[in-house]
Amino acid sequence: MNNSLLVVVLASGLAYGTPLLYAALGEVLAERSGVLNLGVEGMMLVGAVMGFWAVQRIHVTAWLALLTALGVAALAGAAMAAIHAFLVVTLRANQIVSGLALTIFAGAAGLSSYLGNDLDLSGSPAKHQFDEIFPKSWQDLPVIGPILFGQSILVYASWACVVLVALYLGRTRPGLNLRAVGESPEAADAMGINVAGYRYAHTLAGGAFAGVGGATYSLSITTQWSSGLTQGAGWIAIALVIFAFWRPTLCLVGAYLFGAFSYLPFALQKYEWAPPSELMQSLPYVMTILALVLVSSRAARLRFGAPAALGVPYVREER
Amino acid sequence: MRIERRLRQPWWLSVVVPVVSIAVAFGLTAIVFLATGHPPLHHFHRLFDAAFLAKGALSDTVVSATPLIFTGLAAAVAFRMNLFNIGGEGQLYAGAITGAAAGLLLAGAPSPVVVAGMMVAGMAGGLVLAAIPALLRAFLSTNEIITSLMLNYVAALILDYLIFGSHSYLRDTSGFEASVFPQGKTLPDEATWSSWKSAGVVLPLGFLVAIGVAAFVWVLYNRTRFGFEVQVIGDSARAGRYAGMRTRRKILAVMCLSGAIAGLGGASEDGDFRHQLDPQGLRGGNYGYTGILVAALARYNPFACVLIAFLLGGLQNAGYTLQGADFPNGLVGVMQGLIFFCALGGELFVRYRVRFERRAKAPAQPAGEAAS
Repeated sequence: MNNSLLVVVLASGLAYGTPLLYAALGEVLAERSGVLNLGVEGMMLVGAVMGFWAVQRIHVTAWLALLTALGVAALAGAAMAAIHAFLVVTLRANQIVSGLALTIFAGAAGLSSYLGNDLDLSGSPAKHQFDEIFPKSWQDLPVIGPILFGQSILVYASWACVVLVALYLGRTRPGLNLRAVGESPEAADAMGINVAGYRYAHTLAGGAFAGVGGATYSLSITTQWSSGLTQGAGWIAIALVIFAFWRPTLCLVGAYLFGAFSYLPFALQKYEWAPPSELMQSLPYVMTILALVLVSSRAARLRFGAPAALGVPYVREER
Repeated sequence: MRIERRLRQPWWLSVVVPVVSIAVAFGLTAIVFLATGHPPLHHFHRLFDAAFLAKGALSDTVVSATPLIFTGLAAAVAFRMNLFNIGGEGQLYAGAITGAAAGLLLAGAPSPVVVAGMMVAGMAGGLVLAAIPALLRAFLSTNEIITSLMLNYVAALILDYLIFGSHSYLRDTSGFEASVFPQGKTLPDEATWSSWKSAGVVLPLGFLVAIGVAAFVWVLYNRTRFGFEVQVIGDSARAGRYAGMRTRRKILAVMCLSGAIAGLGGASEDGDFRHQLDPQGLRGGNYGYTGILVAALARYNPFACVLIAFLLGGLQNAGYTLQGADFPNGLVGVMQGLIFFCALGGELFVRYRVRFERRAKAPAQPAGEAAS
């Protein structure tokens, strides 16, 4: 029963959706502050390579090494995001162009593969990795075993992150301030909120989340480093943020849906009637476009649409 | 420290700032080299040599630059109107697909007919893909940034499907090797775009067409009413509407023009260089995204696009040539990224001036002084 197609796809959907979820949560934070960061793919890759490096080179007990690796990955992602934040917040550069530049700088043909090469990381498996944490007997429970208990701790931690980000955005003063900054920086500024500070902080937090998302690949899914191992997950994460209407809870649902679609082609390989894998892989993108079209009426856009100031630099003197 | 807008931009700034930006980018790259224990000057010399000086290097640089000119112009055309078409990547693929299909279908016809057919088909392919975000934006105000970005991946997957996932008309299905290593059907000889040799540099037809397109875009935007209206709408959509300009039509026209230019670039890849539909080659180039950065660096000026594309093409070409044991992997991306960052940051100094002053203890002075 636990080998049936549905269970396998759902269980893998959770596993493959987790890096998307981390990256998307981070991008929600950045975009809610009005900063569109198209460099997610690059930040994930740098997080992946630096997290992997930490596990290989820091000689401590397994759990400490893994924890350090996550910290290093988050720092690396945040460092990449800091470049973007400096360019678009302080220097008022075009956010689209700067984000694309970040992807090229850090991405599969850039810094991440330079580091992977220079630190000599490819070709060897990770010394420690995130394993399933529940006992085998739990994992063998029918249906819920593999889906709920057969996951690594990163999956459960991501649930906590969803709750925290949702509470932060909806129930805390800084979270509400953040939304004000993203919707109307003029009003936020008049309220005495430090617009640039909020944008910096949340772009960096977004980068840290993306870095952890990347480390999820190198330490839990592939458990080794190869150049470009995220294979476009950063772009799916950007799609996911829009698909989830900039809401962390919907990110959770969307991440597992998109994760399942990206795993489905492997699961269907043994069947004769399988639809082309490219069709399933394109579904996340098509669904994102449809979701955007669905909410394109004015009323729906006010409720579900992008933060009003997304992509617009804020210059106090020119408002 | 204060940053204030310049009221007049001295002409020399638009030369000095890019030059200084690139110099800073090279300086930062040198730091990356030193930090990882590579001699910077030695590598710079090799890069420059492989890009522009070595025998045949200029010809290879032209090959790398041609698609970047197309995608750069495609982005410049749309961005000038604040229409952020970041779908150049997908539109290039679409043009490559339709261009290759036209080349195969027209096999046997005289060569000029086949080449012209490929150009038209390529433009049509890119145009159709760009029309989707254009229509959504014009009629539903759906954000074109996201839709065009998503369509890049859809187009890439269609490309994969045609060559790797199916036995389509475009895939080479003859012979044993073709079934193990899927690849596109080789285009007939008539579908090879001609090239000319001048002073030792091979100039392919696509490169010349790209320069022609740049001239066309310049004339369109600087000498016609259409171009004027597009720029007005780009600077202030509201002003355009109050003046009675038809914004919706402009959106459709500009996006379709942008898509058609990118699609033409895809057809040129087929006809000039690859002679088959080559998914991996097309996807590996990152032409669409790099094109957007080309346009941004060129400040949407079509002729500057050609120049910048040529420089970045040289860097890319040098990366391919030098790839190997003693040349660090991923370096070209790092360098390109640093150049983009520095150029983007440098933009600020063209538009703004930075003033260092003590924070006044007394109430701020009247604003009239800022306008000097």
